[in-house]
Amino acid sequence: MINVKKTLFYRGLNLLWSEIEEFLVTLGNIGKDFLRVLKTMGTLRVDIKELMEQCSRFSVDSLPITLTIVAMTSIIIAMQIAPELAKQGAGNYVGSLSALVMVRELSAIMSGFAIISMIGSSYASEIASMAVTEQLSAMRVLKVDPVEYLIVPRFLSGILMMPFVVIVSTFCGLLCAAVISNITAGITYLNFVNSMWHGLFVKDIFVALLKSSFFGGTIALISCSCGYSTRGGALEVGISTTRAVVWSFVAIAVWDYIFATVFYL
Amino acid sequence: MGIEVKNLTKIFNEKKVLNNINFKVEDGETLGVVGFSGSGKSTLLKIICGLLYPNSGEIITSPKDADIAMTFQYSALFDFLTVFDNIAFPLTQRKEFRNKYSQSELKEIVAQKLKIVGLEGIENRYPSELSGGMQKRVGFARAIVTNPKIILYDEPTAGLDPVSSTLIENYIVELKKELNASCLVVTHQLSTIKRATDKAIMLYEGEIVYKGSTSELLEGTNPYTHQFVTASIKGPMKIKTL
Repeated sequence: MINVKKTLFYRGLNLLWSEIEEFLVTLGNIGKDFLRVLKTMGTLRVDIKELMEQCSRFSVDSLPITLTIVAMTSIIIAMQIAPELAKQGAGNYVGSLSALVMVRELSAIMSGFAIISMIGSSYASEIASMAVTEQLSAMRVLKVDPVEYLIVPRFLSGILMMPFVVIVSTFCGLLCAAVISNITAGITYLNFVNSMWHGLFVKDIFVALLKSSFFGGTIALISCSCGYSTRGGALEVGISTTRAVVWSFVAIAVWDYIFATVFYL
Repeated sequence: MGIEVKNLTKIFNEKKVLNNINFKVEDGETLGVVGFSGSGKSTLLKIICGLLYPNSGEIITSPKDADIAMTFQYSALFDFLTVFDNIAFPLTQRKEFRNKYSQSELKEIVAQKLKIVGLEGIENRYPSELSGGMQKRVGFARAIVTNPKIILYDEPTAGLDPVSSTLIENYIVELKKELNASCLVVTHQLSTIKRATDKAIMLYEGEIVYKGSTSELLEGTNPYTHQFVTASIKGPMKIKTL
């Protein structure tokens, strides 16, 4: 007689089900925390000092790594396209193409990835550590709502500061692209800037800022939520941090697709 | 009457962790809650302070919405805040106290609470710079900063050396007198039961198997308390459940 529970099919099915279950639980927790955040924000009770601190952390602290990643990406793109377009006699389009790529997509996406790695992971791990060392319980016993004190300022800082990070990193990326185009394909700075303005529309800048706000809020919310729902010990802190990073990556990719479909299709 | 627990039952995964628990703690009285690991002691404290909901039963406090404070086994100090900010936290963040106190008043209150627990002048230090005993005392200061009428202590002397334990036990007695509070002390330490509590209950598999005075718990003939006090592996409490 075959023991069904020992078959590879059964075990595979079981594993698949546990993955689906974990996905639904995480999604549910994020949704629940989002509603809590909205409810708290509705009462207009935000700790301004904590909000300022988180804004500084989200923007200033993350800038070095964000600028490095965006600058390197734009340098590589400029190195690849500038000589090729110049060879085809389309050097006038390098600025426009770089601006389109940077403003519409790369700047926000690459900044998002940098912020997930640096800020999102630290949000998740610090709140998870607080959860497993009973600091969140202590906060509740002291009648202070952890959502109000910890999650709301981080969520708002993500929404408010991500556009700022994207503006600075876009500027930095375009500057690097102009320099590299000049070095590798002899495209003048004036030519690059003129071409840049021809390729861009106000809508592109508006969408980029709106999208970055969504990215910032999503990264902060997912990271805080994954940390907040942590139970157990050091192992679970690590699992929550990984989950926060993975979910944030996927979420901003999905947002990016939605924005591209809604505004550019 | 400070606090009364009536017919309290808590079920986790179809297992009764607490089963029909009843007791009273008067104002200015300290109740010791003892029992082996997994007997439901910490669950009881978490239900009393509102961190968990019971499946049935009720907690009656006097006055009705009495402020309940709790100190945690590992202190649970906020490690990103200084000692001052930790102790002032409820006064700066809680709705009813927010913006009520000026910075100088906060400094005065924090200094006074630190003096009560014998730790003057450490306001600017972080929890990581303190010893385990000092962290516990800062936790005490944070718990009493709102002058609560009910104080819950979860394993207040666990992991401390005997001298530090005595110091903590003395503070439990002093704080009770200072605030005329009803206190519950969950502990495994016989010295803590002896020095810091007036009466005690013993939990085993979620049920009260002893309720009475501390002295009777330590010296009486109840088979459960006798096994606990003599640390014997033979007795009514089965090893597999410990």
